[in-house]
Amino acid sequence: MKRLLSTLALCGAFGLAAAGAQAAKLDQIKSKGFIQCGVSQGLPGFSTPDDKGNWTGIDVDFCRAVASAIFDDPTKVKFTPLSAKDRFTALQSGDIDILSRNTTWTISRDTSLGLNFAGVIYYDGQGFMIRKDKKVNSAMELSGASVCTQTGTTTEQNLADFFRANNMTYEVIAFATNDEVVKAYDAGRCDVLTTDRSGLAGERLKLTNPDDHIVLPEIISKEPLGPAVSHGDDQWFDIVKWVYFAQLNAEELGVNQKNVEEQLKSANPEVKRLLGTEGKFGEGMGLTNDWAYRIVKHVGNYGEMYDRNVGPDTPLKLARGVNALWNKGGLQYGMPIR
Amino acid sequence: MAELAGTERGARSGTSFINDPKVRSIVLQVVALVLVVVLGWMFIGNARENLAAQKIATGFGFLDNTAGFGISQTLIPYSETSTYGRAFLVGLLNTILVAVVGIIVATIIGFLVGIGRLSKNFVVRLLSTTYVEVLRNLPPLFQILFWYLAVLSALPGPRQSISLFGEVFLSNRGIIIPRPIFGEGSGTVLLAFGAGILLTVLLSSWSNARREETGRGLPMLWIGLGLVIGLPLIVMIAAGFPLTFERPELKGFNFAGGTRVIPEFVALTLALSTYTAAFIAENVRSGIQSVSKGQTEAAYSLGLKPSLTLRLVVIPQALRVIIPPLTNQYLNLTKNSSLAVGIGYPDLVAVFAGTSLNQTGQAIEIIAITMGVYLLLSIITSTIMNAYNRRIALVER
Repeated sequence: MKRLLSTLALCGAFGLAAAGAQAAKLDQIKSKGFIQCGVSQGLPGFSTPDDKGNWTGIDVDFCRAVASAIFDDPTKVKFTPLSAKDRFTALQSGDIDILSRNTTWTISRDTSLGLNFAGVIYYDGQGFMIRKDKKVNSAMELSGASVCTQTGTTTEQNLADFFRANNMTYEVIAFATNDEVVKAYDAGRCDVLTTDRSGLAGERLKLTNPDDHIVLPEIISKEPLGPAVSHGDDQWFDIVKWVYFAQLNAEELGVNQKNVEEQLKSANPEVKRLLGTEGKFGEGMGLTNDWAYRIVKHVGNYGEMYDRNVGPDTPLKLARGVNALWNKGGLQYGMPIR
Repeated sequence: MAELAGTERGARSGTSFINDPKVRSIVLQVVALVLVVVLGWMFIGNARENLAAQKIATGFGFLDNTAGFGISQTLIPYSETSTYGRAFLVGLLNTILVAVVGIIVATIIGFLVGIGRLSKNFVVRLLSTTYVEVLRNLPPLFQILFWYLAVLSALPGPRQSISLFGEVFLSNRGIIIPRPIFGEGSGTVLLAFGAGILLTVLLSSWSNARREETGRGLPMLWIGLGLVIGLPLIVMIAAGFPLTFERPELKGFNFAGGTRVIPEFVALTLALSTYTAAFIAENVRSGIQSVSKGQTEAAYSLGLKPSLTLRLVVIPQALRVIIPPLTNQYLNLTKNSSLAVGIGYPDLVAVFAGTSLNQTGQAIEIIAITMGVYLLLSIITSTIMNAYNRRIALVER
C-alpha cells in the first residue's frame, strides 16, 4: 500500500509538476523548517528508534549534521522509515529530501535511478551468518543452502553472483522487511542470513540467542554505504556532500565536540577555514559561514559519530578497519576546504 | 407543399437543437472524452519531460535486461541470467498458481461449510458457524502470518523432518514428495487418460438424454471412474510401468531430488482459501435458503431421495443466487494473493513490482504493467463466471 501510494505520488509529482519550475531544495527546506530524512525501518547502529521513539544511529546522525548546518539545530529532522524496496521511489517522488539508509552506491542507482551519492559513510561488504551447530566455517561450504535476504537490495544480486561463480546451488527466500528476514532465519526457515556485514552485526542482536550464530569470514562484495539525494539540484547535492567532508576534516584536524569552542580561537588556517573564522565558504553554498562549527558542536566529527553508533564500545563492536581516516590506513578522505 | 413541409420540419428541429436530448448527450460525451484524452496526454508528456530532466531511465527496454536475482519457486525454467521479462512471467505464473489452487480449495470448503450451516445436526451446525465467524472476522494478512510463522515454522528442520512412509517428508523447508519421471510409453498412458475423459463426457450426455426419455440412466459415477482411472491403468500395465519416481534424499543442508512445495506457498494458499471459504459459505447458505421450501416438498412428494433433491432441485436454483457473489470472492482471493510479499512468496508483486522495480527503478512502467495484469486476470475471471452465470440462469418456459 505504501509502495502504491508513493508510486502514485511519483506519477503525480512527475505528471503534474511543470518541468523546471520547482524552487531550490534548500529554499524549500528553509521555508518548511525541517529536513525529511529517509532511514531504515530499524537497523541497530545505522538507524533505529529507541523505546521513546527517538532515532539513533550513524545514518540518523548524518541527517542531524545536515540539519545542524542549515538550522543550527539537530532536532529539525523528520524521519521516514523506508523498506529497501520503497526507498528510491520515496526519494524520486520528493517525499524525502535525503536518503540516509545504509544504501550501496552503484552505477545503476547513480545514473538510471536518478540518484546522486554524496559520500560513503561506511565502507562495507556482504557476508553470511549461520548457526554454529551447522558446523560450517566457510561460505564455500554453503552449496544447497536456503538463504534469507531482503528484497530490493544489492544483496540479492551479489548472492546470485557468488553462488553462480562458485558453481553452487541455493534457494533464496526474499522478504520485504528486515524484521521478516530475521524472524524467518530465527525460526529456521533458512540456513543462512545474508546482508552487509555491519548489518549482520546489528541483526544478530535481534536473534533469540545471538551467541549461537557466527558470521562467516568471506566478504563477497563491495558495499559502500552512503547518503543520496535526487538528480536536479546541484546546490543541495553540494551541501550534503560537504557536510560529510566537513566531518572528516574535523576528525583529521582534531576538532571534536568537546574542544570545538577552543578551536574557534585556533591559529591553524585549516581549522579557521573549517570553522568559518576565515573565508566565506558557507555562504557559497547558501549557508552561514559557521556551518561546520555547528555540525561539530551538535553532532561531532566523523570519528565521534562512528564510535558512538557502531564502534568497538557499542553492541555492534565494529572496528574502524577500512573506515579509518586515509592517514591512518583507511579509506575515509575529506576533500580540502579551500 | 412538399417543400413547405420540409422547411417546416427543418425549422422545428432547428429550434429544438439545443434541447434535443440525443444531441445533448452526444455533445457532452464528446466533450468528456476530449477532456480525458487531453488530460492523459498532458500527464504522459509531463511525466516524460520531468523524468528526462532528472535523467531517470524510461521505456520498456529493461524487460530484455538480465535480472540477476534468484527466485525460490519457478514453474518455468528460470535462472539468474534470465531477463526481467522472464522474471515477470515467473511471478505471474506463481500468482496464477495461488489463485487457481486457492479458488478450488476455497470453493470446496465453502460449499461444505455452507451446507453444514444448515445441517440438522447441532454439532455440525455449531462447528460451521464458528468457522465462518472466526475466519471471516480476522484480517487476511494476519491469517497468512499465523500459518507461516506459528504453524509451518514450528515444523522441525530438514534433518529431523517428519517422514511419511519414507517417501514424503515434512519440514520447515516445505513438503517434499517423490518426483515422477515419465519413461518411454507414458505418452500412450496420457492418451488413454484423455480418451477416458472424452468417453465419460460423451456417455454421460447420452445417459442424460436417455434418462429424459425413459427415466432410466446409467450408473455414471462408476462408469466414469472406470474409464478415467481404469483405462490408463490397464494401458500402463500393458506398457510395462513407464513411470518411475525420483526419491528425495537428505544431502547437505536440504533435500536433493524430489519435488518440493515451499512453505510460503502452503501458508499463502491455506490462509487465503480458508479465509475466502468463510465468505463463500455464507453465499452458499443464503443461496440455499433462497430456494423456497415448497420446491423441496414438491420434490419429496415426487419420490426423489433427499440427496437427489439437493442435487437436482435445490442446488441448481440456489446457484443463480450463489454465482454472482461467488465471482466477487474469486476476484478478492486473486487480489489478496499480493499479500504474499509479507512472507516472501515470489508472486507477481514481490518479484516484479518489488525486486525488479527496485533494481531498474522504473516505477511508473512496472506499476502500470502490474496493475494491467491484475485488471486482466480479474476481467478473465469475471468473464468466465458471467458466462457460467448465463448458462445456469433460470430459463423461463
